[in-house]
Amino acid sequence: MELKEKLISSFLAFENEVDLDSRVHDVRSEAIKVFENEGFPSKKDEAWKYTSLNSVLKHDYSVFPKHEKNVEYNDVKKYFIHEIDSYKIVFIDGKYSSHLSETTHDGIDVCLMSSALNKPKYQLIIDNYFNKIATKDSLSSLNTAFSREGAYIQIPKNKMVDKPIQIIHFSTGNEAALMNQPRNLIVVNENSHVQIIERHQSLTDNPVLTNSVTEIFANKRAIVDYYKIQNDNQNASLIDSTFINQKQESFCSVHTFSFGGKLTRNNLEFYQNGERIDSTMKGVTIIGNKQHVDHNTLVHHIEPNCESHQDYKGIYDDSSTGVFNGKVLVNKEAQKTNAFQANNNILVSDKASINTKPQLEIFADDVKCSHGCTIGQLDESALFYMQSRGIPKKEAKALLMYAFSNNVLSSVKIPEIKQRINKIIAAKLGVNIGFDL
Amino acid sequence: MNKYTEDDLREELKTKEYEYGFFTDIESETFPIGLNEDVVKAISIKKEEPEWMTEWRLEAFRAWKEMIEPEWANVNYEKPDFQAISYYSAPNTKPKYDSLDEVDPELLDTFKKLGISIDEQKKLAGVAMDIVIDSVSVATSFKETLAEKGIIFCPISEAIRDYPDLVKKYIGTVVPQKDNFYAALNSAVFSDGSFCYIPKGVRCPMELSTYFRINQGGTGQFERTLLIADEDSYVSYLEGCTAPSRDENQLHAAVVELIALDGAEIKYSTVQNWYPGNAEGKGGVFNFVTKRGICEKNAKISWTQVETGSAVTWKYPSCILKGDNSVGEFYSIAVTNNFQQADTGTKMIHLGKNTKSTIISKGISAGKSQNSYRGLVKIGPHAENARNFSQCDSLLMGNECGAHTFPYIEAKNKSAQIEHEATTSKIGEDQLFYCNQRGIDTEKAIALIVNGFSKDVLNKLPMEFAIEAQKLLEISLEGSVG
Repeated sequence: MELKEKLISSFLAFENEVDLDSRVHDVRSEAIKVFENEGFPSKKDEAWKYTSLNSVLKHDYSVFPKHEKNVEYNDVKKYFIHEIDSYKIVFIDGKYSSHLSETTHDGIDVCLMSSALNKPKYQLIIDNYFNKIATKDSLSSLNTAFSREGAYIQIPKNKMVDKPIQIIHFSTGNEAALMNQPRNLIVVNENSHVQIIERHQSLTDNPVLTNSVTEIFANKRAIVDYYKIQNDNQNASLIDSTFINQKQESFCSVHTFSFGGKLTRNNLEFYQNGERIDSTMKGVTIIGNKQHVDHNTLVHHIEPNCESHQDYKGIYDDSSTGVFNGKVLVNKEAQKTNAFQANNNILVSDKASINTKPQLEIFADDVKCSHGCTIGQLDESALFYMQSRGIPKKEAKALLMYAFSNNVLSSVKIPEIKQRINKIIAAKLGVNIGFDL
Repeated sequence: MNKYTEDDLREELKTKEYEYGFFTDIESETFPIGLNEDVVKAISIKKEEPEWMTEWRLEAFRAWKEMIEPEWANVNYEKPDFQAISYYSAPNTKPKYDSLDEVDPELLDTFKKLGISIDEQKKLAGVAMDIVIDSVSVATSFKETLAEKGIIFCPISEAIRDYPDLVKKYIGTVVPQKDNFYAALNSAVFSDGSFCYIPKGVRCPMELSTYFRINQGGTGQFERTLLIADEDSYVSYLEGCTAPSRDENQLHAAVVELIALDGAEIKYSTVQNWYPGNAEGKGGVFNFVTKRGICEKNAKISWTQVETGSAVTWKYPSCILKGDNSVGEFYSIAVTNNFQQADTGTKMIHLGKNTKSTIISKGISAGKSQNSYRGLVKIGPHAENARNFSQCDSLLMGNECGAHTFPYIEAKNKSAQIEHEATTSKIGEDQLFYCNQRGIDTEKAIALIVNGFSKDVLNKLPMEFAIEAQKLLEISLEGSVG
């Protein structure tokens, strides 16, 4: 059976399993209809022109994992940023794992989407925020239809969260092929500050498809730092859609580090509903083999005096393909907007390819908008300089690539993440430079 | 101090009437409206074409019937009804003239209003003119001078008759009949256009030039241009257009094919100033054009365009850089005002080694217009050391217009070097203040800034054309450009 039919037919079973009287029942049924009409996107859709899901969709994914499997902390410790104390929300094959997690209700809510959806005390929040900014395209709708589990984070006013929050999804390979659809909701109220790290990790070579949707609401003067570490093994595919709604003077940044996975698609959308907002999105992509990474970003400047910064770096080896599709939309009212967009790429191999499409759509006249996009190679003379001073070619290349992506790394605010990323980059480039970069 | 501000400028722009909006009443021989195989055949017979050409047209027409009108461009317009257009119209006084005296005085008057007096042009600029009024060439000059060098420059209908081998060999090789909806339509019903062949090693001694006009109300204009530059030759070709003011939308779907063989260089410049519709966005020309050139080894094609007219412009002059060391260039100024919409740009397709391309695009939007740059830079897997530089700048005047950039970049070779940059800005208050401070009034200052903004492209135009281009900028952004 085709995956689409399978999903549609299992929706009824899913609905019976969760509460039919649930408040989001209508939202779910409407969403499945959208998916039923549109199906999975194909290359004929402009937004998916360079990314084909065919190779990913061919597996017979199980939609509801039957068995539960325990995972020992020591086996998976390396996937956590374990050097620092943090709140943890951990899922194994889509199910919440209480013994690996560390949640809290003390002043802030760091807990589960399932409880937010079911418990009456969260009703107001769900009514106000759930599925309010997620776009109604087919994949997000599919997630909405099957939304049951994920992270729910709610930070009240004037609260500086004491430690970062890690959201980690493990898949154990218990099923021959697994489809995961986590749904996260993050609400950060006035003057609050939170740092979040998200990771998807598959523990075996069995194929995994994750279709994740995250909605983030940053209210007045809130600060949200979000880090996505994508270093999954090469049978795992990820479609991640993150929607961020910002109110005045809030500050949001999303860093995406894409090193692993078979197919990774990042949809990242910022909506600036207020003045003097700052939105930052940065990414480093280093891939090889037959990997495919697609960054699809949108910044919608709705009100005046806002800024947005985009900086995506990519290094592509072997037969990998990269896509960058960035869009900056400036409304007529959004005067004095400053929007910057940069996308720099290095092709290392003859078989690698890159497709990039940085777009500007501007309806206001008093704006400063620019985008730049380059595709090139490592500087031969810089390589020669280092080699002539005794640095082996491989290390010299790695140094240059590291320097190339450093712009993005330098704005990471948690030093441990920076170190971790450095290690991953060193491993990815196959070098040991012998000092901390 | 002069109180002239951007607001005044906008006011002026809104009220500025189309200067060239007049309608010459020349008795035309026009086909009944509608399109079917019989009409295609009739056009072919009318043009006294050989059988292969008729077949070629019919093939295109059959393909066109299966095609759907594309919708992906960033423009909104009421789709033309293809069955409500007459596909052929020729001025009644058809014979070729030996001297200007024989030409219909009314026609000459038309040219005078357009400011392209033939004899003046002949004397001053040394430009050979192939004037097209409603699809049929009525005057061809300097033919003899060109013929001495072996250069063929004539209406394409004549070329089909006199040089069938050349036409047969090259027509449809760059823009195939089935290339796209409008190219297929053009292939089926094109009425006339220019044909040019530059023999091996010949440097064309003068700028070749054609003027297109749409005259008869409700007549579609389907021009077809075929330009072949044989090995190591050089040609500079100018094309300029104005159309009279008509209320219903007029369709222009032209096809231009350039072929630059080994070592040849083609410079193709366009000034387009067709009726853009009135201040309410009523009327105006739909300009849906397919322009493409192919470069063989060491060849070069350079497109320069100044787009100020048309209600809807939808065109992408492209270069296929097939041969090694070939070069493609694209320089464009697109000015939109009132309700005009432009979706224009280029495609640079790098296939050969060491190929280079440069794209400079300047968009100026005023009034309620929308101006888009859409471009593709594609580096094929065998295009070693390909190099591209693109720059797209937009200037916005007023907050009711829009500027958009849609660059597509596809690289499949690691040695490619591609740079793309785009900026959007308005005329800075500080820049105006600086000029005012030095005694330059605001109107002149805006002119200065707009001129400076588009200078990169204006510089690329041939001398005679640069002057005309400035004239057109003047009309489009009246009062601002000096």
